[in-house]
Amino acid sequence: MTELDEIDRKLLRALAQDATQSAGALGRRFGLSQPATWRRIRRLEEAGVIKGRRLRLNAEALGFGVTVFLGVKLARKGRVSLEDFERAVSAIPEVQTVEHVLGLYDYRLRVVARDLSDFERILRRRIMTLPGAGEVEANVLLSEERLPGPIG
Amino acid sequence: MLDDIDRRILRHYQADPSLSAGELAERCRITSGVCWRRIEKMQAAGIIQGQEAVIDWAALGFAVEVSLRVTLDKTQPRAFDDFIEAARKVPEVIEIQTFLGRVDVRLSVIARDMAHYQQLYRDRILTLPHIADIEALMHIARLKRDEVLPV
Repeated sequence: MTELDEIDRKLLRALAQDATQSAGALGRRFGLSQPATWRRIRRLEEAGVIKGRRLRLNAEALGFGVTVFLGVKLARKGRVSLEDFERAVSAIPEVQTVEHVLGLYDYRLRVVARDLSDFERILRRRIMTLPGAGEVEANVLLSEERLPGPIG
Repeated sequence: MLDDIDRRILRHYQADPSLSAGELAERCRITSGVCWRRIEKMQAAGIIQGQEAVIDWAALGFAVEVSLRVTLDKTQPRAFDDFIEAARKVPEVIEIQTFLGRVDVRLSVIARDMAHYQQLYRDRILTLPHIADIEALMHIARLKRDEVLPV
């Protein structure tokens, strides 16, 4: 486990907001030299604390007006292979995230669609036909916010 | 509107946002000048909004992640506002989503271990205002997480 000091936390927070900031700019902001900042960022990446970057796109401007979260229960547990289900569901382009969960459902999926009728098509043709898919619950996303988490 | 070149750029750029404009251009088989202008245009149009570092909370010792699906008491006119405002103040809440459906609000909560989670759940979550019902889903694994848009 990686221990962070105050400056690491500030850097992490700044990069989670905007990962394109240069080590020089961040250093000036937090009172560090450019090489010292660069070393700290490098260390966070090597320790796996920063596991990559995500491009923030405006889904609506790209024509994806609807995001739906699906809770999926597998039917006939034990008789379907989890690997088959996972492989098939992960291959659907409209399925953005696949989480294996414990509780009311077995899997939680994030699905994007152009509109509700497009979503219905994805649900019927691609999700319901997955090997082992049983009961499905859909919730349409209205708003979403990501918070900095316990590094403040 | 976007054309095929824009889409190609977005596909490669989403797959690896750390690529330089030159590397990206090479993968898209276009000149870096064209690539750069297209990206600037999409940034100006608000299509590309930025880049964020993805934090691995497990690497920071937060091994437990729970999805809490919350139903609110809708007889309270300020139920959503009060609940969300209070949930924002809990540092271990890393995501708040609102829905149309059976669930009203979902919180992503991280904790160091089960004991820490239990303490958070009792002291910080159950004390949030206007909760009518709450269901927990414990994360076991994330199989696909890139949140790539199928452009």
